[in-house]
Amino acid sequence: MSLKQCEGSRAVAEAVALCRPEVICAYPISPQTHIVEALGEMVKSGELQPCEFINVESEFAAMSVAIGASAAGARAYTATASQGLLFMVEAVYNAAGLGLPIVMTVANRAIGAPINIWNDHSDSMSQRDCGWIQLFAETNQEALDLHIQAFRLGEELSLPVMVCMDGFILTHAYERVDMPTQEQVDAFLPPFVPRQVLDPDEPVSIGAMVGPEAFTEVRYLAHAKQMQALELIPQQAAEFRKIFARDSGGLVRPYRCEDAETIVVALGSVLGTIKDVVDEMRAEGHRIGVLGVVSFRPFPLAAVRDALQAARRVVVLEKSLAVGIGGIVSTDVRMALSGLPLPTRTVIAGLGGRAITKASLHKLLRQAQQDELEQLTFLDLDGKLIERHLLREKQMRRSGPLAENILRDVGVVAARIA
Amino acid sequence: MPFQPVKFYQTGTFTVGNRLLEPEVRSVQANMQRTNSLNSGHRACQGCGEALGARYAIDAAMNASNRQLIAANATGCLEVFSTPYPETSWQIPWLHSLFGNTAAVATGIAAAMRAKGRRDVRVIAQGGDGGTTDIGFGCLSGMFERNDDVLYICYDNEAYMNTGVQRSSATPPAARTATTMPVGPEPGNVFGQGKNLPQIAMAHNIPYVATATVADLHDLEYKVKKAIGIRGAKYIHIYVPCPLGWGAASHDTIKLARLVKESGLFPVYEAEHGVVTSVSRIRKRVPVEDYLRLQRRFAHLFGKVPAVATIARIQAMADQNIRKFGLLEEGTHS
Ligand SMILES: Cc1ncc(C[n+]2csc(CCOP(=O)(O)OP(=O)(O)O)c2C)c(N)n1
Ligand code: SF4
Ligand SMILES: [Mg+2]
Repeated sequence: MSLKQCEGSRAVAEAVALCRPEVICAYPISPQTHIVEALGEMVKSGELQPCEFINVESEFAAMSVAIGASAAGARAYTATASQGLLFMVEAVYNAAGLGLPIVMTVANRAIGAPINIWNDHSDSMSQRDCGWIQLFAETNQEALDLHIQAFRLGEELSLPVMVCMDGFILTHAYERVDMPTQEQVDAFLPPFVPRQVLDPDEPVSIGAMVGPEAFTEVRYLAHAKQMQALELIPQQAAEFRKIFARDSGGLVRPYRCEDAETIVVALGSVLGTIKDVVDEMRAEGHRIGVLGVVSFRPFPLAAVRDALQAARRVVVLEKSLAVGIGGIVSTDVRMALSGLPLPTRTVIAGLGGRAITKASLHKLLRQAQQDELEQLTFLDLDGKLIERHLLREKQMRRSGPLAENILRDVGVVAARIA
Repeated sequence: MPFQPVKFYQTGTFTVGNRLLEPEVRSVQANMQRTNSLNSGHRACQGCGEALGARYAIDAAMNASNRQLIAANATGCLEVFSTPYPETSWQIPWLHSLFGNTAAVATGIAAAMRAKGRRDVRVIAQGGDGGTTDIGFGCLSGMFERNDDVLYICYDNEAYMNTGVQRSSATPPAARTATTMPVGPEPGNVFGQGKNLPQIAMAHNIPYVATATVADLHDLEYKVKKAIGIRGAKYIHIYVPCPLGWGAASHDTIKLARLVKESGLFPVYEAEHGVVTSVSRIRKRVPVEDYLRLQRRFAHLFGKVPAVATIARIQAMADQNIRKFGLLEEGTHS
């Protein structure tokens, strides 16, 4: 193990390389680019071999190349984000349906329109039902570690795994990480032995058509596999700790939840900020804690319920919005809490890269402690801007393009952000 | 195995002569050791040109690759009729992923083989015209541009057959499909600009491009075997009549495949690195009408008032092919 200061993307690329991938395919999209650029260089220089690095013509092709490679028995990896993830959706579902243990990094980014390159979780959340395992990293160290776990988990279950890491906030942040040695990774991750493989000596047909007579069973098995993952993920985290001497992964991560009246549930890098706020509020005597969800798919209903049931209220802070209803994570959390008299509030925050500041969180969580939060809150929503726009639409049918109008209202601020 | 004279004999096709040939120059299909890669029992319609073309092509590829072959297959008739769960007609490792990604899936398989040092394994991608010229076009072009070691075979039956005969970009002008009905002032498919995939493949300068029909078995097998022996991206476009979609008699499949070539409507040729290297000459030229009349998809051209001008336009397309590829000239015959 060696300590090094490096960019999150670089850390992930090195971790992926240590996993001995045989086929890597890539199509560029911010903020994923640095990961695949680094891997491309390692393959081209001969540092990472045997490995094929394929520059494809679209994300749809990236996932499709990974499908072919994985079905032919190769350990396959790709990375994407945002529009790229949406562009490959058909193949994303297909990889899961075929049970191919591809590992993909999603450098979480918002989805347009309006086009926006900054971080939120809308992209991977849109794929929550596709059959992939989805793990969310809190730090660069965890992002690095989760990739090593992802290959083993996926190959054990014959399921693809998405490692979600916040775009820019993690991918582009320089942090100190413990980079494992090749020996450690080899000790943890055995060579890939596929359950099904395209082999001329033992020909099989993969991808047959299935009708109503067995489709339900096939889908049920996909679900059952994810339920198996619920058992496997903590086991692997424990084994990981033995070899790498640190905690990474697992299903959920409670922080100062013991006697907490209020528990905030969140995913990804924002957990760091929330923990700071929790520490400060604890110092003032507030009984508050945080629950980080690492495994979003499978969703650990029992572990979430266990961690939350002693609280008096739950605040789910999520970087995604299910338009027309509200939260995505909070819907799952409510299911975990069903039957318990535990009010659960949804807070939509950090969309399209909006900073989630400690000041805003302090205000929000104090309101929560007073039971003053509404069912659905948009953190730091600029109400005046909304009012202005609604008025404009009311007054004029042809009021013009929404995003552009709002940007004009915002004026110099938007220009400064860009 | 003791040598058995082949008794199979087909009239009206260029497959004739197998039993008259020396065993070593007989077709793979005439060989009793042929692999039957697409085995009997599948659910294609009677007289399906695609089933025939795929069996010819894949058996030839198996022969040429010493049985070290993997195929990726696009969604479409070929996929659906060959693999109704839990049955499969494929005797080779075979993967169906999606409709529009087959070339990329094959690239992935080829990359895996390279990473594993399996240079002996050859990779085929195959799909219908829709899966090739329309929805799979981006992945196909990417595979060509990277010169991935894949042979892509398009079985062109000139429409989306599996979904019920809708127009694709390979549907010929005036043809009736479910989405280009023979109604209105210009019945059937429009006279568009066409989308000539073999020519587009050639524009990528890939090592090998060929066209073929199911009427000339020897030619088809020769081209597949040649392609299997070449490293890099290869494209073979096989013309495969569809009795159901075209409203043609099942027993006319071979005849239509012969007529389309003999009329000049479908030029049969080979090209290497973007340059045409051989052309199958027309043996006995026929007017396009002979070809069109056998298919109900063109029936509206031959009503009480024949659509003379439309037929002339189609004839002009054939004439242009004949000029462009020298289909009648001596000395260009492969
Ligand atoms: C993304 C997507 N769009 C549409 C379809 C529906 N579809 C399945 S097969 C097919 C037609 C296939 O046509 P072609 O590729 O020409 O093959 P054929 O059936 O004619 O052999 C269509 C439209 C699909 N499966 N996937
Ligand atoms: S519809 Fe056409 S292509 Fe499809 S199986 Fe029948 S004959 Fe073959
Ligand atoms: Mg077709």
